Amino acid sequence: MSSTTFGTANEDNAHLSRSESKTVRRRSLALLGSLIRPVRRRFWLTIAAVVLSQAARVAGPALIAFGIDRALPALRAGDSLPLVLAGVAYLAAALTTAALTALYVTSTAKLSQAMLLDLRVRVFRQTQRLSLEFHEKYTSGRIIARQTSDLEALRELLDSGVSSLASGMLFMVFTAATVLTLDWRSGLLVLAAGVPMYFLARWYQRHSQTAFRESRVVSARLIVHFVETMTGIRAVKAFRRERGNAARYAELSEDYRAAVVRSINLHGVFQPGLVLIGNVCVAVVLLVGGFRVLGGELAVGVLLALILSTKRFFQPVDQMAMFYNSFQSAQAALEKVSGLLEEVPTVRPPQHPVPLREAKGAIDFRAVEFRYGDGPLIIPPLDLHIPAGQRVALVGQTGAGKSTLAKLIARFYDVSGGSLTLDGVDLRQLTTADLRRNVVMVTQEAFLFSGSVADNIALGRPQASREDIEDAARAVGAHGFITELPEGYDTDVNKRGGRVSAGQRQLISFARAFLARPAVLILDEATSSLDLPSERLVQNGLAGLLGSVRGGIHDGAGSGASGNGVSGNGPGVGRTALIIAHRLSTVETADRVLVVHDGRIVEDGTPEQLIGGGGRFARLHGAWKDSLV
Amino acid sequence: MAKQTPFFTSISRLYPHVRPILPRLVMGLACALLASVVALAIPQVLRVLINESLKPGGSSRPVWIASLVILGLGIAEAGLVALRRQFVINPATTVEARMRVSLYGHLQDLTVSFHDRWGSGQLLSRAMTDLNFLRRWMAFGAIMLVVTTLTVVIGVVVMFSMSWQLALIFLAAAVPIMVYGFRFRARFSKVTRRSQDLTGDLATTVEESVHGIRVLKAFGRGREALENFNEQAEELRRTEIAKARHLAVFSLVVTLLPELALGAGLVVGVVLAARGELSIGALVAFFATAAVIAAPVEFSGMLLAMAFTAKAALDRHFEVMDSVNTIASPESPRRPAVLKGALSFNHAGFAFEDAPDKPILKDITLDIRPGETMALVGITGSGKSTLLQLVPRLYDVTQGSISIDGVDLRDFSVEDLRGVVAVAFEDTTLFSSSVRDNVLLGAPGSGAAGNGSGGRSAEALEEVLAEALDVAQAHFAYSLPAGVDTLIGEEGLSLSGGQRQRIALARAIAAQPRVLVLDDPLSALDVHTEERVEARLREVLAGTTTLIVAHRPSTVALADRVALLEDGRIAAVGTHARLLAENSHYRHIIASLDRGPRDLDSELSALEAEEISQ
Repeated sequence: MSSTTFGTANEDNAHLSRSESKTVRRRSLALLGSLIRPVRRRFWLTIAAVVLSQAARVAGPALIAFGIDRALPALRAGDSLPLVLAGVAYLAAALTTAALTALYVTSTAKLSQAMLLDLRVRVFRQTQRLSLEFHEKYTSGRIIARQTSDLEALRELLDSGVSSLASGMLFMVFTAATVLTLDWRSGLLVLAAGVPMYFLARWYQRHSQTAFRESRVVSARLIVHFVETMTGIRAVKAFRRERGNAARYAELSEDYRAAVVRSINLHGVFQPGLVLIGNVCVAVVLLVGGFRVLGGELAVGVLLALILSTKRFFQPVDQMAMFYNSFQSAQAALEKVSGLLEEVPTVRPPQHPVPLREAKGAIDFRAVEFRYGDGPLIIPPLDLHIPAGQRVALVGQTGAGKSTLAKLIARFYDVSGGSLTLDGVDLRQLTTADLRRNVVMVTQEAFLFSGSVADNIALGRPQASREDIEDAARAVGAHGFITELPEGYDTDVNKRGGRVSAGQRQLISFARAFLARPAVLILDEATSSLDLPSERLVQNGLAGLLGSVRGGIHDGAGSGASGNGVSGNGPGVGRTALIIAHRLSTVETADRVLVVHDGRIVEDGTPEQLIGGGGRFARLHGAWKDSLV
Repeated sequence: MAKQTPFFTSISRLYPHVRPILPRLVMGLACALLASVVALAIPQVLRVLINESLKPGGSSRPVWIASLVILGLGIAEAGLVALRRQFVINPATTVEARMRVSLYGHLQDLTVSFHDRWGSGQLLSRAMTDLNFLRRWMAFGAIMLVVTTLTVVIGVVVMFSMSWQLALIFLAAAVPIMVYGFRFRARFSKVTRRSQDLTGDLATTVEESVHGIRVLKAFGRGREALENFNEQAEELRRTEIAKARHLAVFSLVVTLLPELALGAGLVVGVVLAARGELSIGALVAFFATAAVIAAPVEFSGMLLAMAFTAKAALDRHFEVMDSVNTIASPESPRRPAVLKGALSFNHAGFAFEDAPDKPILKDITLDIRPGETMALVGITGSGKSTLLQLVPRLYDVTQGSISIDGVDLRDFSVEDLRGVVAVAFEDTTLFSSSVRDNVLLGAPGSGAAGNGSGGRSAEALEEVLAEALDVAQAHFAYSLPAGVDTLIGEEGLSLSGGQRQRIALARAIAAQPRVLVLDDPLSALDVHTEERVEARLREVLAGTTTLIVAHRPSTVALADRVALLEDGRIAAVGTHARLLAENSHYRHIIASLDRGPRDLDSELSALEAEEISQ
């Protein structure tokens, strides 16, 4: 496998080398195959419905011929039975045709929708599975492009293509057989038309492949720009970015148009080209057949039948061209989608997980190293023991590596060397469910999903009752402002005056963490947008949360597991907390302070020890004291 | 559920967009018609040529002629197909692109409150999927609809000329089809609209799930997110299948009824022929014609479905285009003769449109002198951020007014106003662009600002950039892989919260505004950096009117005066020291050490602060 085309690495390149192109095509077809496999019975059913309805359609003219040739003379002779028979048979044929038509219309939709749902969910699951490292370079706009316009291309293929292809093919086979039985020489001429058609199709395939790839790349760019503008509309407006943006969008839009036109123009050569080849073939059959009629080798009636059949043979070519066009387009789209699906999360769930139902919260770094990919070492070998229940503050300058340490504990990234354990179990051996139940991280960007305030808090523990949710909100001091929203906890955060400020968002996200009640809580600048009274409220709430014994009275929904928790932890052990803050008010209440510098821990001790030690922390503390009042 | 407008009312709105390409569409239509005529003519011509002129032992001339005629017609057919595409498709893509760009432009103009309500996935589906569909309908669906209708009408006329009795039977089938057609339209339109809306919502869900990926990962809620997505996708699937069912039933009707009519026609025709009231030739010709028009009638289900979907797509497009931009420049914008930067709020109030009974801000009256720095203090949710957003008119006051140098904000041209006012928000949005472009986004004279005042020299801009980065203590930018040309934002290198905030601050400073609005711009900075930023910021703020949201005493120290916001009202205005002494709510908010009696040290600091402010 060539590594340049693996995953999404090279997806902006529309001009691939022959072998690369082959690789991505194969990947794309494999994806298509894997989508069809689960619904293959419906696939064949749909095709059968198409074929049968075509067959029933053919019965109509035959019955009319029967009516005129047989029933009419019979009626004149006084026998009405053939006419009745013809009428009834016609009725039956009409009913069958109509029913089968309805069947294949529904069946096509069911088929295509089942495949689309499958693919949508697969892509969604994959994007959720992929590590943050991936998301940091692959933008949301791209994922949206994959999920929308790429899937749209597949949908076009599925909705139009399959039935026309099947009926067209069948039709051509039958007509070709007719021509061959009538006169094999003419039959060969018709088949010979396949040669230029093949070359035309090859030509079209080669060029349209590039064109469709280009249009995928450009449409993704268009979507990325669109999404970026709409999500950042405040800044766009505040800095009068509108005109520059509009120019850029118009440019991208024109690129997209050009790419679309290019693929359409290719089809504009391909389709009339096929029609032309067919028509030339008819003329050649006429010419050759005509001379043979002159020579007396062929009856005029047979020639007429031959020509008409030849003409008919090429009728479905139009549809086939259309199918091939959608196929090429869908294939280019699936190349991109399959690339995304091919990406391997750098943080993977374990093959043989070690169960850890209720962790105590002891964290150990053993010779832990970390670097992004092949980049420089960010965390040099580090040994650190954080006992269960300890409240640790991480301080240091922006970029010192505090967040990186936090992200390692939350397993947003995996360590590059050494091991990081929770209660002696390597994080890499924990199931996602166990890890996330026990370790929760609250970050500075408090993202709210559309839905009610209650829904957003419930994200911490989906099975929580309304009381649990309100208790959590109360504990962090969010209850007050929530009840003042137009519909209280049921206020939609995007609607009805539910727009909340950055500080309020942080409170909601705190309530979320509070509700989750993990063994290890990581707060990464999670109180930065709060005013002091709110921060104090949060801290009090936090103190309650951290001090409370796991599985204690607050853990209402805990049931049997909470019992284990009590016995497992022993009384009096609180939650482990890792707090990153530049507000020393937060730090002061910690049991232990770690000063981080250049990825190393340069000071380690209780706040008092460090203040007395005269090191970095003491200086920081001094500066902070100065900054107050 | 959006309300349904009549089909032609919606479609006619396409006219202004289509007008420039109308001649080409008509030419395309003509080509399509001609191509079908040619396609139909070829078999007839063949029949005549072969029957009349080909006999064993005849001359070779007629064979050549016949072949050449057929070849000519064949080339003509292919040529017409190619021409139709040429006439129609290229201009249709132009219309599509133009509509897309105008939609985007309009969206950019629409207010922030509009964007608060609309998910970007929903908007995206309108800009991409809907317009794509519309293009295909213009280039194919609409034309085929006309061709098909014409074919059927001509066919029926021909049938009447052959046998009116049979034609009437055939036409009788049209009545139930029409009746059913109306029902089909009503149902199908509703479902197709719903499916398009669901597609948009699904895109919004995708967008949120990606933007909120950190939260979902931190809480391990991938499964719940997936279930939610699955549910939505499943509903879309069900809607699509319901759509297909309506189409299937309609297809059944349009396939069955003409065939039934023909079956009846067969019996009646044979009886008529047996009685000698109809010639056999006419009977044959009638069925030959019926066969020609049966196919287009069957096809009509598909074409109508396309037309209804196109109509829904248009409705969705105009739903956005019809949204009125309530924050626009006045007809004759004004601007103070001399821009000093006196910012005053006169009984200003604000409530969100959808909650007019719950005003966020009430009766704000506040005067900020030119060059003065005013800190805005209040608890979370007291309305500070909203107040700030009123200044660059991201929202408009719903009561009272705000003015700069005596000119109401609403009398400024919006673009001018946003040049006068620069902001740095708490949630920092950086664009996928270089550090340089991000910082110089609003800088006067940079191309990006697009204010037409002509580019400043590159060196001057470079200086602005260096200065802004220095004030914001964003020197880290120089050590990024490609220095200030490093691509940042979503498409580029991801920066930490503190780094992003400093870039955003640098951006506001580089804009060199008269009025600067800062929303807690130092919240993500560590103490040392904050201190350095403040030291430099003080110089910059000296000549600039500044409104700054502050949560920390350290930030307040930047300000000349402080306004205390409580429950949407200005509760007090004064120097930090005075408020500290006189206002208990202020002390509650700003003094972090509220436990125990205040010690001598802080008393001293308060005195110092007072001295500074005077």
